[in-house]
Amino acid sequence: MLTFTIRRLILAIPTLLFISLVIFLLLELAPGDPMAQVPLTVPPEVKEKMRLALGLGEPGYIRFYKWLVQFFWVEPQVLFDHMFGTTFSEGKLRIISWQHRGPVMDVVVERLPQTLWVVGMSYIVGILIALPIGIYSAYKQYSIFDQAGTFITMIGYSIPPFFTGPLVIVLFSVNLGWFPFIYDTTHEVVDWDSFVYQLRQMIMPVMVLALQTTAQISRYMRASMLDNLNQDYVRTARAKGLSERVVVMVHVLRNSMIPVVTVIALGLPAIFGGAIITEQVFSVNGIGAQLIGAIQANDLPTVQTLTFMFAFLIVFFNLIADVLYGILDPRIRYD
Amino acid sequence: MTDTTNTEPAAPPRSQWYDVWHQFKAHKGALLGGIIFLIIVFGVFLGPLLWPYDATYIDIRSRNQGPSLAHPFGTDQLGRDLLARMMAGGQTSIAVGLTAMLLALGLGSFVGIIAGFFKKLDGPLMRLTDLFLALPILPLLLVMMMLFREPLSAAVGPERGIFILIVIAIGITSWMPTARIVRGDVLALKEREFVLAARSIGTSNKNMITRHILPNVLSPIMVSATLGIANAIITESALSFLGLGFPPDFPTWGRLLNDAVQYLQDYPERVFWPGLAISLTVLSVNYLGDGLRDALDPRIRGR
Repeated sequence: MLTFTIRRLILAIPTLLFISLVIFLLLELAPGDPMAQVPLTVPPEVKEKMRLALGLGEPGYIRFYKWLVQFFWVEPQVLFDHMFGTTFSEGKLRIISWQHRGPVMDVVVERLPQTLWVVGMSYIVGILIALPIGIYSAYKQYSIFDQAGTFITMIGYSIPPFFTGPLVIVLFSVNLGWFPFIYDTTHEVVDWDSFVYQLRQMIMPVMVLALQTTAQISRYMRASMLDNLNQDYVRTARAKGLSERVVVMVHVLRNSMIPVVTVIALGLPAIFGGAIITEQVFSVNGIGAQLIGAIQANDLPTVQTLTFMFAFLIVFFNLIADVLYGILDPRIRYD
Repeated sequence: MTDTTNTEPAAPPRSQWYDVWHQFKAHKGALLGGIIFLIIVFGVFLGPLLWPYDATYIDIRSRNQGPSLAHPFGTDQLGRDLLARMMAGGQTSIAVGLTAMLLALGLGSFVGIIAGFFKKLDGPLMRLTDLFLALPILPLLLVMMMLFREPLSAAVGPERGIFILIVIAIGITSWMPTARIVRGDVLALKEREFVLAARSIGTSNKNMITRHILPNVLSPIMVSATLGIANAIITESALSFLGLGFPPDFPTWGRLLNDAVQYLQDYPERVFWPGLAISLTVLSVNYLGDGLRDALDPRIRGR
């Protein structure tokens, strides 16, 4: 198992390098000019110097190498310094956003909590709703509950978040006035009332994202439970007189969770992608909104860094899913 | 041993496609999904011939109207008829969905068959598929839209340029699942006796693929075709919704939804129709795919 994990880790390095190269080459073709905003009165030679100061004078492969060094070497050092008060990163150049003229990572660190709160909460809520639905609809296969569950998950698959978002806004904000329409990111939780407000403004985005999660995971849970319910060990467990509750909730459930856990790990990066749209609908000021803003402002270093972070999440969670599968299921041995 | 005394006429011989249709009919959701999808397709393509208003006709005096007999879905902020815009938008959305699906399917089947059939290419092609699967699709699509929108619009006109761009962008980022499924099926098929028999009479690789392999992997390809349409329609709408799709005056369902969201407080009902159209199309296509999967699987058929 350890050798497998190490092999997968080593294999992830070329994958990540390839992805960063693809993103870099795509952005190389960008027609936008970061100097477009500079007033026309600035003389061309000054403009040329400003361009050089942004690091645009050098050939592509050197800029790619510099970006790699900044992302994988300088930024972790900054993080390390920040955590332990050391000074490894002093004087080293970080990835600078063209939009804010400051380090990209500083903005990411500001925005990330909003995204993590909404996305993380929605994923947990989605899983908590999905698992009981999946278990019960498998246990009562083809019952009315199962049919309704299938229909609802089909709807969850089919209705995109950019429709459910406005729909719940119309229903709960415009007509009923229960929840606020725009997510207030400056809101701080200090006492009970502000906590309730935070909860109220989070309900709608979390529910919209959770619907998608629920649809997928309850399908997998149901299929996995159905696979296990007809196994011999279930009959044995019933034959030795275990209660139905113990048979289903302990014996079957534990075995059925093996593939579902990996699906949960695999689905997490996709949820970050979906959050881009949900953040736009509810005006949540997270990294999805940062990416859209950077794309519209032609801020290439930010776009590259954020896109690569999304890719990194995907590769990382794929790896976790593979390793988890091997650990949880003793029948699977990769070596 | 055949029983020669039995002279009763046997049931007429049935073709494979008759069996498939028979099984498909039994899946009520799939049948309904197929009918609804056909109605939507015919509605958006034939509807404009019957409907008197043009999607781009501006009648500023009748702007922001609610539903009425003359305008069943109402009119927008410039007085354009929303039913006509929905039909025009549907044409674009469905056209994008179908073309992008065909591109993704073609690429996916090609990679899948080549990888499954030629052992030497299997490793590299599957690594390539894994690499593509690890790409963050939505951010990359957004980046591609930002970068290539201007040059392509300048080259072939704004609408056609964006159409080509969206179709290619969706196509090259969604072929991987098809390739994986097809490769798996081809690998299993290659071990079958009929392939060995065909090989023994000297069938060339080209004939082997087109005559023996391809017809046998048609069913997974058809199922991923339906999923591909749904995926492409949702992706196009998402791009239009984020303002990185078609130009503002060019209606698609996602674009109409985006326009409606800006007037959410004053005219909340406008959000409903484009959203419903997207969801209903995707839902019906998904059910269609579900039914096709059952109908094309001979192990389930006849039960």
